[in-house]
Amino acid sequence: MAQYLVLIYEDESPFADEAVGAEVHAAHTAFFEKHGAAIAGGNALQPASTATTIRDNGSGGSIVTDGPFAETKEVLGGYYLIDAADLDAALEIAKAVPAKFGGVEVRPIRDMG
Amino acid sequence: MLDAVEVAAAVADAHRREWAFVLAATVRVTRDIDLAEECAQDAYAKALEAWARDGVPQRPGAWLTTVARRRATDLLRREARFRTAVPLLLDEETTPDPADTDVDAEIPDDRLRLICTCCHPAIAQEAQIALTLRLLCGLTTAEVGRAFLVSEPTMAARLTRAKKKIAIAKIPYRVPPPDELPERLGAVLAVVHLLFTTGHTAPAGGDLVRADLVNRAIDLARMLRTLLPRDPGVAGLLSLLLLTDARREARVDRTGRLLRLDEQDRRQWNASAIREGLALLGQAVNTGAPDRYAMQAAIAAVHARAGRWEDTDWEEVVRLYDALCAAWPSPVVSLNRAVAIGLAHGPLAGLDALDEIGAPPELAGYGYLPAARADLLARLGRDEDAVAAYRQAIDLTSNDVEREFLVGQLREVSERGATTRRPAPR
Repeated sequence: MAQYLVLIYEDESPFADEAVGAEVHAAHTAFFEKHGAAIAGGNALQPASTATTIRDNGSGGSIVTDGPFAETKEVLGGYYLIDAADLDAALEIAKAVPAKFGGVEVRPIRDMG
Repeated sequence: MLDAVEVAAAVADAHRREWAFVLAATVRVTRDIDLAEECAQDAYAKALEAWARDGVPQRPGAWLTTVARRRATDLLRREARFRTAVPLLLDEETTPDPADTDVDAEIPDDRLRLICTCCHPAIAQEAQIALTLRLLCGLTTAEVGRAFLVSEPTMAARLTRAKKKIAIAKIPYRVPPPDELPERLGAVLAVVHLLFTTGHTAPAGGDLVRADLVNRAIDLARMLRTLLPRDPGVAGLLSLLLLTDARREARVDRTGRLLRLDEQDRRQWNASAIREGLALLGQAVNTGAPDRYAMQAAIAAVHARAGRWEDTDWEEVVRLYDALCAAWPSPVVSLNRAVAIGLAHGPLAGLDALDEIGAPPELAGYGYLPAARADLLARLGRDEDAVAAYRQAIDLTSNDVEREFLVGQLREVSERGATTRRPAPR
């Protein structure tokens, strides 16, 4: 069994509407109910406006800046950690992850064992 | 004892025919593509010696597979690191007993697994094609690089990256279940088709056709046909490739000059390829809704059935392009449709259809658009506009044979002057 991280990238602006927020929340609840057995973890994140980025300054220190790592229209908004036998199985689950204002990226977890 | 030349020929033949089979069956044992390649290559090297001594075996593929698998078993026993260093392709339930090295045992045909893995949608299409050429056709990395005009190190890096993704992301080594097969097979067909079109009019260079790529694409389509004899999509693609390639010998004259469809000597068309293509087309369209390859094959079939250019049923060609445009809209298809309309209803109607396409970004840099416009303008006698369009087309064409053709057309239009206009056909 392998693990995959499903990163949810979406445009945040529609979420300003509370009805949209409630609808998406319901969609995630339904997703969790259906695929709970495969879900090893997951969280929703606060908006990208609350993000802080830290980069190496090249001389042993770091630079702290306001904002997400990359300025893009779709931002990381949440993730699921899922268990799956292979990429096909992982993609099958990832396709069901609610992300109507963007999409998801599926990344295999590196096995450090 | 066979002489060295005979043996080398037999091994080369087995390489072309059996490479994919041997590799696919060996991957099942190694569950690691690189290791399987190494073992398969080793088996071919051993064949040179063994076949010279013992003669060519009755079933070269089975012989090579057994030797490759035996080698894999040895390596796996000796170097347990292979079991841990790289994530293995998932195939536990069907991994055969590595001790089973009986030459006569029935070896399941795993080529469909291998090609579905190479053409997995999680792999970029250019890497899908490269993997297919490398793993299914057995081309060397340098040969695959030459096919796509990139250096060997660049191609090696592309192949390594793709193979790593297969292993690390755990792209499964299996035939997709029936509900996913049509979609996955679509990606496989697209790779074979792209390989063919790349070879049919080489993107650059001195030859119009890269016969090696065209032949490989037809080999692959035939392989798919063997594996999925009832699949209409496969039948349609093979039909399209055969009907198109049937014209290969007639597409250039003895000096290498490109000949248009109306200039080709149709007696040079390959009659047996046409017969086979037409029969396959029948199968492709009789089972459900034809896909785009079957529709393109139907268009090629209209030409194949016309004994002379004058006999071409252009109305039927336009109808087929209309259907193709409706189901799979693409600027290139619209362009071909406009050309067909120009032949069915005259150059003015063709020009109108061409204007409808406009200048989509997909066609920027596509020499056929200004070339088609130039041809229609020339037929209308609008020579100045035609000259400008031919110049534009020439600038956009990197294939020497095509450029030569366009230069010839340009010269013809510039020289004929305002008074001696060529009458427009129809």
